[in-house]
Formats: sequence, C-alpha cells, structure tokens
Amino acid sequence: MVKKPERRDLFPGALELMILQSLRLKPMHGYALVKHIQRVSDDLLQIEEGSLYPALQRMLRQGLLESEMGTSAKGRPTRIYQLTGSGLRHLEQEVSSFEQMTAGISRVLAVAKI
Amino acid sequence: MFWLKRFLSRRRRYDDLSVSIREHIEEKTEELMEAGMPRAQAEQTARRAFGNVALLEERSREVWQWAAVRSIAADLRLAMRRLRKAPGFAVTAILTLAIGIGANTAVFSVLNGVLLKPLPYPDSEQLVALRLDAPGAAGLASFATGLRLSGSMYFTFAEQNKTFQSLGVWTTRTANVTGLAQPEEVHTAQVSDGVLEALYVPPVAGRWFSHADQDPHGARAVMLSYGYWQRRFGGDRAVIGRTITLDSEARQIVGVMPRGFKIVDSNFDLLVPLALDRNHQMLAGFGLEGIGRLRPGVTIERADADVARMLLLWMDSWSNGPGTDPHWYENWRITPSLCPLKQEVIGNVASVLWVVMATIALVMLIACANLANLLLVRAEERQLELSIRAALGAGWARIARELLLESVSLSLIGGVFAVGVAYAGLRLLLAMSPANLPRLAEISLDARALGFTLALSLLSGLVFGSIPVWKYARARNHTVAGGGGRTASISRERRHSRDVLVVAQVAMSLVLLVSATLMIRTFQRLCNVDPGFTGVADLQTMRISIPSSLIADPQMVARTQNSIADQLKAIPGVRSVGFASAVPMEGIEPNWDLVYTEGKDNENLNPPMRLFNYASPDYFRTMGTIVLAGRGFTWTDVYGPRPAAILSAGLARELFGTPSAAIGKRIREMAVWHEVVGVVEDVHQDGIDQRPPATVYWPTKMGDYRGYGAIDFARSVTFVVRSDRAGTDDFVNEVQRAVWSVNANLPVASVRTMQEISNQSMARTSFTLVMLAIAGSMGLLLGIVGIYGVISYTVSQRRREIGIRLALGAQKAGLRWMIVRSALVLTGVGIGIGLCVAAGLMQLMKSLLFGISPFDPLTYVTIPLLLVASAAMASYLPARRAAAVDPAEVLRSE
Repeated sequence: MVKKPERRDLFPGALELMILQSLRLKPMHGYALVKHIQRVSDDLLQIEEGSLYPALQRMLRQGLLESEMGTSAKGRPTRIYQLTGSGLRHLEQEVSSFEQMTAGISRVLAVAKI
Repeated sequence: MFWLKRFLSRRRRYDDLSVSIREHIEEKTEELMEAGMPRAQAEQTARRAFGNVALLEERSREVWQWAAVRSIAADLRLAMRRLRKAPGFAVTAILTLAIGIGANTAVFSVLNGVLLKPLPYPDSEQLVALRLDAPGAAGLASFATGLRLSGSMYFTFAEQNKTFQSLGVWTTRTANVTGLAQPEEVHTAQVSDGVLEALYVPPVAGRWFSHADQDPHGARAVMLSYGYWQRRFGGDRAVIGRTITLDSEARQIVGVMPRGFKIVDSNFDLLVPLALDRNHQMLAGFGLEGIGRLRPGVTIERADADVARMLLLWMDSWSNGPGTDPHWYENWRITPSLCPLKQEVIGNVASVLWVVMATIALVMLIACANLANLLLVRAEERQLELSIRAALGAGWARIARELLLESVSLSLIGGVFAVGVAYAGLRLLLAMSPANLPRLAEISLDARALGFTLALSLLSGLVFGSIPVWKYARARNHTVAGGGGRTASISRERRHSRDVLVVAQVAMSLVLLVSATLMIRTFQRLCNVDPGFTGVADLQTMRISIPSSLIADPQMVARTQNSIADQLKAIPGVRSVGFASAVPMEGIEPNWDLVYTEGKDNENLNPPMRLFNYASPDYFRTMGTIVLAGRGFTWTDVYGPRPAAILSAGLARELFGTPSAAIGKRIREMAVWHEVVGVVEDVHQDGIDQRPPATVYWPTKMGDYRGYGAIDFARSVTFVVRSDRAGTDDFVNEVQRAVWSVNANLPVASVRTMQEISNQSMARTSFTLVMLAIAGSMGLLLGIVGIYGVISYTVSQRRREIGIRLALGAQKAGLRWMIVRSALVLTGVGIGIGLCVAAGLMQLMKSLLFGISPFDPLTYVTIPLLLVASAAMASYLPARRAAAVDPAEVLRSE
C-alpha cells in the first residue's frame, strides 16, 4: 500500500556488491554471510540482518547466484549460496564502476577542502 | 505446463527460504546463548536484529512474483467478502445485470445473425441482386423491388457482361408432386444457368444442373432441398437418378442441396431448371429475379455501368414482335440499381432491429444508473474507511482499483447469469418473432454474441463503477475520521451525483416510454384501418393450383373451380365461397399491365400501369368487400361472351370521378374492351400499413391476356370460405375432402384463416410493439425504483435535520411537500431533457410509425404526466416516513 521502505545501505547496490564480494571468497549460508560482512567491516556497517534475504532472492532470480542444500555451522539443513559466472562478471563491473564513483567523489571532496 | 513447473519450483523456493530464515535466527540465538544470554532474551535479540520476519519473507517472495497480480487477487477476495456480507445488494445487482445484459445479448444475437453475419455463401460479399429501377413505368413504382428482369434481359446480361463471374435469374412457384403419397403442393425455385454457379454452394449428393438441363426441349431434371430429401426420402443417397412426377411431368433427381441452403431468401422444396427458350423471348415479361457474382475487385458502380451499357444492347437485340418499337422502353427510364445480396435479403427489417437494440441498450443504461446509485450509497457508508485508508497513504489509483474491482466482479457474475437469460430470451424471441424476419435460422448464441456479453459486462461494470470512484477515490481532504457521522445533513456536492443519475434515468425512461407509446398508437391506428374486408377470423383460405398437365382444357379449369366452390358451399356452416388469384396480404406476386380507357386513349398514349386481380363470383361478398356501385361478378361473366371488369374505388375515382360514373364505361388491357360492371371499396392488398393500390379486377377468365385470342383461366387461385367454423381441424378436413371429391389429384396448400394472414402482415409492428413495450415498462419500473431509492436514502440521511425542523415547529404537511417537491424538480429536469432527446430520436423511428406523427401531442403530454405521477408516488412514501420522525428521539440518538 505504502511505498516500499526498501532499506538500502549507503547507496543502492551496496548490499549486493558486498554479498557478491563475500561469496567470491567461498560459498556461504545466510547467517554466515551476515557475520562475515559485519566482521570484515569491523562492525562499521550495521545492516538489518533480515534485509539480506530479499537481496539474495533478487540476485538468485537475476542468475547472479545459485543455491543448493547444505548444512549450517550447527549441522542443520540450510541453503548455501554461491557465485555464478555471470555473478562474477557482474561483480567485476560493479566494482569498477564503484571505484570510479568513489574516485570521483574523493576528488570533489579534495577540491572542496582547499 | 510451464506455469505449473514454475509454480511448483516457486513453492519449493518458499519452503527453502523459510528454512534459511529459521536457521539464521536459531544460529544467532544459540551464539548469543553461548555468550551467556538467557534463551528468551537471546531469541528476542536475534529477532530484533533480524527485523520483521513476516515482512522480509514476504518481500523475498515478491521477488519471484508478479506483485500486482497478488495484490489484485487480495482485493478481489476482499470484494467478494464484502458482497457476501451484503447479500441483498449483491442479489439485486446481479439480477438486474443478468436481465439487462441477457436481454441485450439476446437482441444482439438477432442483430448479429440477421444483419452482421455474412450470408452463408462462399465470398458472399461478391454477390449482388440485379435490381433495376424504372421510374418511367408509373404503375411499377408501387413495387418495392423495382423492375424485375425479363428472359431476354437475362440472355443479354449473361452473354455480354464484362463484370460478372456468373449471373442468372430465378423465380419461385408452387407445383404439384403426385405419385409419392398424397398429392402435395411444393415450393419450387426455378433457376437459370448461373444461379447455382453464382451462389457456389456444392450439393451434398449428386450434381448441380448442367447446361444441358436448361435445354427447354431436353431431359427434365430436378434437385431436392435437404429438408425435402429428409422428409420424403429419409435422406437416402440412392435417390439420385430416381424420377418424381412434378406437375404431371416425370423429372429425374440429379442432386440434393445441403441443409439450410436457400436461393437468396427463398425456402424451396424442389429446384427446377428455368429452361428459358431463347427463340421465344421478347423484350417484355419482367418477372424474374436476377442474381450475380461480381468478378474480384469489381465495385457495384462498375457493375452498374456495365448493366447500363447492356440495357442499350438489350433494346437493340430484342423486340416485342413486329410493328413494335423496342426503344419504347426508353420511356421507362430503366436504370440499374444493383445492391449487395445481403441488403436484398435483409430488406427493411434493419431499422426495426436497430430500434429494438437501441431501446434495450437504453434499458441497460437505466439499470446501470440504478446500480451506480446503489454503489454510491455503499461507498458513502465506507466513506470513513476510505478516508482512513487515504490518510494512511493509499493512492487514488489503489482505492479506485478496489472500487472498480467490486463493480466489475459484480457485472461479470451478472454476465455469467446473463448467458442463461439470453439463451431463454432468444428462444422466446424466436418463438414470437415475425415469420417475415429474414435469416431466422442463422440466429444463434455464437462466439461473437458471447464476446458481446463479456464486453458489455466489463463495460457496464466500469460505467456504473466509475461514478462512485470519481466521487470517492479522490475526495479525502474532508470528512476524515470522526466528522462523517455527525454532519447535520449530506452536503450539496455529495447529493449532486445521485441527482444527476436520477435526472438521466427519468430522461431515458421518457424516451423509452414515448417510443413504446408511439408504437402502441401505431398499432391502434392499424387496427382501426378499414382493410376493405371484414371478419377475418371467419375466413378460411387455401390455395389450389390446377396445372395444365393435369387439366389441359381451359374450360375444364373453370368448371373444376366452379364445382369446388359448389362443394365447399355445401359444407354445413358455410355462408359463402369465392376465390381470386390473390387475397389481400398473401404475398402473391400480382400481375399488372397498361390499362387503356375508352375515349381517353388519344390524350393518354401510354396510360399508367395498374395492378390486376382475378376474382370469382361471390368473392367480394365472401370477403366482405363492399360493392359501391354496380354489381360483383357472376358465372355469366366467367362463361359468357361479354367481357366484364370491376374497378377499385380509388381507380374509379381517378378515371371517372365517382364510382357510379364508372359503370358502363369500357377499359382494356390488350385488345378486348371490358365493360365496367361494378366498383368495390379499396382493399389494402399489400398490407394494412400500405396504401390500397388502384386495382382492376378481371373475371378469372383471362380472355385476351396473351393477345392472340387464346382463352385461359387463372389456374392458381386462393379460395376463401366464410364460416363460423373457420380454422377448426374438423372444418379443414371437410374442406379438403370437398376439394378431393371434385378431383383427387388436387393439392390443398397454405390452409390458413384470413386472421393468420393479417396477423403475419402486422407481425413487424406487433414484434416491435412487444419489444418496445417490454423495454418501456422495464425502463419505467427501474426509473421509479431509482427515484424511490434516492429520495428514501436522502430522507434517511436527513433525519436529524428533519428532526430539528420539526422541533422548531415545521408543519408535517410542509415537510412532506418539501421532500416530494425535490423529487418533482429532478423529474421535471429529466422530462425536459428527455423530451428533447425523444423528439430527435423519434425521427429515426418514422419509418416504423403508421398514421401517427413522431410528435404525436397526446403521447408527449401523457408520458410526462405518467412520469410525474410515478415520481410523486415514489417520493411520497419516504416523505411520509420522514414526517413521522419523532424529533425527541432523533435528537437524543446522536
């Protein structure tokens, strides 16, 4: 009814970018993914854990990821997500455009300081 | 199966998702517990960190769905639930819609079957009727069909044309089949070469006529209609090659045409080659219907030009005999006016059908207005809910969608029931519809009609649903929570749309009622016309033909007819008996020719043509046609040497000034002068709504008909028997036995009473009348219900205001008048608009009216009065209820 309060961290696509990058290291299940992002970012990024799942489904649908049945750290059944070929390509594209963007922004910021 | 697979895999995906989310929370809880948190607190923390599980799960699923469909499905469920909770409203609405849409579908099916569907011939748009106009042939102007073709025209056209693939002429006749069972009169269509080729429908058995079959001196062939094949031969294929006796002539069966095949509009039993003899054709003899199939891409205009060219050729190549001027026909100014065959078949029924369709559509509009009103009331009750939803952020489109979904699902449910109503209605319609409705057999509830039902359902749902949407989906700035219930009375703006609906309903009802009343007045006028004969219920008619193959001697024909008349007269209860070559409104093609008046020839070289009828002694007495001057025919006029004639009153006045002045004067067709021995009143021969034609009655002796002294008698005549017992089975049996006692080989055909014939002639008017009367009364009823509904709802909304007025000392009578007055004002406005619309629309109905102006003052006064009275009545009941309000109670209840 109301406009989707889609919570995206920082900028649109950031969450996807981080998920792709994390899964590039190794296939993981949902909770492991959250813990990995929090740990690596030194808890600087507080993401709502649940918001991971819609993002994961979206990426599954786009074919960036695939999932298979596996077991969690506690030995219970859960879904393990891993990168596909097109996910990898997408990640590389996104990373390079992200780097361009940050470079651009930092240049502007640097000029502003003077 | 793709969607099923997708659906199943989606199912599994949802399950996996739930498993993952559950595992996520479990794992987090366990970790927190390992860090020393108690279970309950750990679970709570885990869930808080995760967020709204249900919402996120929903969002994750939405990724895989078409979100809009699901939310529409949810709205639909809500709409259904709301309808179930208001069964009274739902049933009323669905019933109204089912009847309204059903009636429209039924009428549309007729319209579709008769007017819209192509004729059942391959590439039927290439088929044309070869009509000719002849404005210079004065007496012919009364024929609706223009000038028919002569045999010589057929030969010219068939041989010289440049625009037709094939072309032929045909005509219908009745003939006697003997030797099968009882002697039977059958309808035959006589076709020339080119007719079957133009229609291009292959036979189900055997073959078409060949060119050799058209040889007048060759073998005799005949084809059967599907119906006759089934009826007489049980559909036996071995029938090809057998012979049957037609008019005492053996003919070999060469083929059978398929079910439903007609030559244009003619239902025949047998198909016979016309077998024109090329060596015996003259210019004259205009009695054949022409039909042709145009070459691909040829327009009617080009074909017209082609025929115009050939008409000159025709006059150059043929003559009417030595000493005649072939170019005399230039006086007739014969011009081609070809028309699509479909138009020829449909004839003038199109206007009736469109008027009926329009009135039924109008009823549908009134019904929609009523439903819109009901929905407005419902939306008003939901005003609070809708404003809250709007306040919470629901968009205009979202609320509009929900309101429209409710109305459209109502109308679709109504549409489903409407199919049943339409089916029943169609059966009823076909049962009562006039026999002169063409293409009756082609009417059915087909895919196009069902498509129409669906479209009409959707459309009506959108139409009556859009009014509350337009009113409520946007209006959310005021009456937010709390205010709605307590406003003293409804605002002007909110009443406005309902008022408009009432005005529209009154206007539309007025139009319907005016058209229905004009039809009733037309019917009245028709019933009051003096048709020129009396006591139709007591007149038994039957057609008896004596072919020359059965009785060759002309004198014997007269004797036989005389004996039949005597035998019939001897039946108990018979008052008198007569016969004529055609009785009024029977639809028998009349004969006609130039009629010369003695002493007027010099001033009138080409006298106008007159219709002929051949009448027997006692014919006028039997019919009840008054002899104004002189006398009727006697048997002496038939057998004796003195040629006699009788004129219709109109003709006598035209030629001689008064009926009595005509007696003793002489007229002729070809060579022999006939003395006018009597003048009879005008008879509406072509139908009560047609002008009585100027007619010359000859005795059944056609003395000089062929111009070379041969004497013959009218061989196909309709007998009329006046008796109180007319129409009963016993009587019909006795009549048949009487005829067979004279000659056992004579078939008795078309046995019916004059009442049936005249009913059939009025069928178009009575059909239109019944349809309009139904539509008019439905419109009136719905209109009254609409006014009552609006006024009584307004009153219920104004209870508080009325209570205050009463408390302040208002008189009850004054209050009642105030409420009735508001209804009358709306009705008045509606009547004003309706009168303007009706005056405009009735112009279109002009062709259906008879003896009454489309602005008949009586109608235009009574109908508004009727509507005012109905409105007063419909508003008085709520007004009385309002005045009975107890002010104390109303004020306390708030």
